Amino acid sequence: MNINATLIGQLIAFIVFVWFCMKYVWPPLLSAIEERQKKIADGLEASDRAEKDLELAREKATEQLKEAKAQAAEIIEQAKKRGNQLVDEETQKGQAEREKIVAAGYAEIEAERNRAKEELRKQVAALAVRGAERILQREIDAQAQNDIVEKLVAEL
Amino acid sequence: MASEQTTQEYIVHHLTNATMCMTDDGLQTNYGMALEEAATACQEAGFWVWHIDTLAWSILLGVIFLWFFRRVGKNATTGVPSKTQAFVEMTVEFVNDNVRDSFHGKSKMVAPLGLTIFVWVFLMNLMDLVPVDFLPWAAGQIGAATTGVDPHHVYMKVVPTTDLNLPLALGLGVFALILFYSIKIKGIGGFTKELTMQPFNHWAFIPVNFVLETVTLLARPFSLALRLFGNLYAGELIFILIATLGLWQLPLHFPWAVFHILVIVLQAFIFMMLTIVYLSLAHEDH
Repeated sequence: MNINATLIGQLIAFIVFVWFCMKYVWPPLLSAIEERQKKIADGLEASDRAEKDLELAREKATEQLKEAKAQAAEIIEQAKKRGNQLVDEETQKGQAEREKIVAAGYAEIEAERNRAKEELRKQVAALAVRGAERILQREIDAQAQNDIVEKLVAEL
Repeated sequence: MASEQTTQEYIVHHLTNATMCMTDDGLQTNYGMALEEAATACQEAGFWVWHIDTLAWSILLGVIFLWFFRRVGKNATTGVPSKTQAFVEMTVEFVNDNVRDSFHGKSKMVAPLGLTIFVWVFLMNLMDLVPVDFLPWAAGQIGAATTGVDPHHVYMKVVPTTDLNLPLALGLGVFALILFYSIKIKGIGGFTKELTMQPFNHWAFIPVNFVLETVTLLARPFSLALRLFGNLYAGELIFILIATLGLWQLPLHFPWAVFHILVIVLQAFIFMMLTIVYLSLAHEDH
């Protein structure tokens, strides 16, 4: 094996190749690689973020659903209560009305009865006076004897 | 027309470079010369002999590498890469990861240097897997057809890394970078101190330290060069020997080629890795 001028030629070729590679080959390739790495990293990060967002949204939705359910239950409860209350109130009102009507009826009956009693008493008194007149065969001054009749009537 | 070759002639033919030199009679090549003549064709030119096959194949492969990577780099998208781009990016990232793991300084040149060494050396080593006779035979036939020389008198070695000049050029290039960065980062004083105050930090040991450290430093380019050259030359030689076995080469060639796939990648990788490590050491200030 002999060392000769080929060595110099190869050295020059080597230097030129390395220089060319450094200047024109390496930078575009590496920048493409690095840019893609950045892109992928960004994409992964975005997907992570989206996943987290989704999780959050899901939690929120569950919470809202729970809240809505609770609210609905409350509303139903309130409506039931209100209904019961209404029924109670109406019942009471009806009761009161009935009692009033009944009381009015009683009062009317009482008044009627008293009127009838009065009438009866008057008639009885008149009858008694007429009876007494007949018995005594004389005319009694109705006016003079009125207090006695009144007393009699009250005793009835 | 074609002369018969003995086994020895066949081997020597495969190991002879196409050489070119300037002599007093003008440009001289060993093209079309018989073996004995070819071996001595450029002897008087001494150092100034050019192995045109090594130069041509290595430069061709280097240009293919740079052209291919440059084309992919120019059309590189940051979106979904094509298969070609993915392949190129894989190579680039592989080198880049190794540089990031092993190189602790700051330099824009180490990673591209690593990539160039890795891919270029790999491609040159890959020529070893082309069956040993294909390209030299084709060259011989072309030579015979165009200029009428004996096809056995056309010489071409297609694996540039089996020519010591190439690995040594790479090693010396790396060595120059080691020196450059050592001095740039540590300064002349720091570099001198590193050579003289290690491993024994005492003034009395300065000569011992200097000898040890200088040997270590000088061994680097030569160990780089000789490791690559030795592995590939041995591999190539075994391919040639297998090719001389006639029919027996059929079962033997395949396993050796499969084994060699490992060697060529490994050698390219080792060369790149050691370059990175050496340059990293040059960047470390003690």
